[in-house]
Amino acid sequence: MALEKSDVEKIAHLARLHIDATEAQEVANRISSILDLINQMQSVETRNVAPLAHPFDAVQRLRPDVVTEKNEREYLQKIAPSVQNGLYLVPKVIE
Amino acid sequence: MSRRTVAELSRSLARGEFSSTELTRDYLSRIKQFNGVYNAYITVTEELALAQATAADQRRARGEHGPLTGIPIAHKDIFCVQDVRTTCASKMLSNFISPYNATVVERLNAAGTVTLGKTNMDEFAMGSSNETSFFGPVRNPWDPERVPGGSSGGSAAAVAADLCAIATGTDTGGSIRQPAAFCGITGFKPSYGRISRWGMIAFASSLDQAGPISKSAEDAALMMNAIAGPDSKDSTCVEVAAPDYMATLNDSLQGLRIGVPRQHLAEGLGAEVESALQAALKVFESLGATIKEVDLPNSHLSVSAYYVIAPAEASANLSRFDGVRYGYRCAEPVNLEDMYKRSRSEGFGSEVKRRIMIGTYALSAGFYDAYYIKAQQIRRLIKQDFDNAFKDVDVIIGPTTPHTAFKLGEKNSDPVTMYLEDIYTIAVNLAGLPGMSIPAGLHTHLNKRLPIGIQLVGKDFDEARLLNVAHQYQQNTDWHLQRPEV
Repeated sequence: MALEKSDVEKIAHLARLHIDATEAQEVANRISSILDLINQMQSVETRNVAPLAHPFDAVQRLRPDVVTEKNEREYLQKIAPSVQNGLYLVPKVIE
Repeated sequence: MSRRTVAELSRSLARGEFSSTELTRDYLSRIKQFNGVYNAYITVTEELALAQATAADQRRARGEHGPLTGIPIAHKDIFCVQDVRTTCASKMLSNFISPYNATVVERLNAAGTVTLGKTNMDEFAMGSSNETSFFGPVRNPWDPERVPGGSSGGSAAAVAADLCAIATGTDTGGSIRQPAAFCGITGFKPSYGRISRWGMIAFASSLDQAGPISKSAEDAALMMNAIAGPDSKDSTCVEVAAPDYMATLNDSLQGLRIGVPRQHLAEGLGAEVESALQAALKVFESLGATIKEVDLPNSHLSVSAYYVIAPAEASANLSRFDGVRYGYRCAEPVNLEDMYKRSRSEGFGSEVKRRIMIGTYALSAGFYDAYYIKAQQIRRLIKQDFDNAFKDVDVIIGPTTPHTAFKLGEKNSDPVTMYLEDIYTIAVNLAGLPGMSIPAGLHTHLNKRLPIGIQLVGKDFDEARLLNVAHQYQQNTDWHLQRPEV
């Protein structure tokens, strides 16, 4: 299955990735060859097979909704790229 | 001091032959001498190691020690270690100092292990050769022109070259077992949910599992005793208490029923691997086991299904890396979208971006049923194959890899060729089963000896049996004692 450059641009945008126009064709070719591998799945009939999302069909348990962590904002913000007055700084969102 | 197993080191420490501080200094000096060649470590934590060694010696003097107290260990750089750089071998996290410990690290710290450093790996654990690391490839101690396997290549090379006594690894599609096979050591992937994934940077959450990379099955059992068991911080970690894995190591293999997958002996398997496997099966027979062929008819579809499920889960997991709260941020973003896109494009390597895009595509509107649901249906067929096979056998044994370690650069130009490296290991992750690789031979090629691994697969949560079978094999063979000439 062959992807076009335009498909790659669309997927890249959905994934919030930037792909240079010069690389788009190569990326499309590589992903197309991986899709060929993936499409071998289509050779098997699975109409009556229930999808398996968890290896043991288990459902995740819930924990009690109680506060267990203490506030460590300053410690956790030490690794942030940019903070001011306890807030994370990002470029202007509303233009 | 070095070149010994954890079990041996532990006995020597107990007898007072040397202290943990002396042992740790010995390993640190080996790392200084050899890491330049193998690139097994991304970060060496000398200060932390010496402080932990001092504490371990004091603990031992007080009589408060266990078998792992004072044992020098390396952690794959996917495990968060508090106040230590944790990169996942990515530019994206090259400046990330973890504010907390992974549960695995926390438990090993509590057992008294000494952290030598963080080992190299494929970026975000995506790779089978350790060539996708932002910090450069790892080299195989048996032949530095060859890859150590991946993604836990740094941990495997560090254990093989004796730059640590034991290491942690993670396995999503073979990332503990394949490098263990290529480096001639023991790699153990427990059942999905046996070990907490808390603090282990997520790749594919329904497949990822942590495990030991060690010099023997006995050492793997020692680490399993420290790390396995319930954790309230990981809701996928099972609530069943783990058994004592040391207690059953010496059980007899008399009457053990071994299944060999017919499909794994077919075309594509290297002659040297097949003959090592056959020789190993003879050993098991001599120990009282019976051998029969079993069928895994859908195993050829495991790679296809995996390359939908793993990238789909990865695309969701890696969406958190947006340059806002931590990790790499691009220079001078003009707006928020530009910041997201350039931070991610500059921060991730090409294999990671490729998998994010495959996952995004598979989950996108109009393709979800054809790819994601289909892959999960195949996943059930693969699981059912194992269920059927395990009606007649206790353990499945086959090859870990189709061949021995390949050369750097030999397979990284075509992703599909690289993906097929994990042909025998991936189905085990899809089914959530425990699996391990143990050394079972050496293939001499152009004057280099290259290790061969065989894979053992067990029933759900039957880790103790696998460790028992591997330990009995290692009591009767010496492949696991072979070391490269470093």
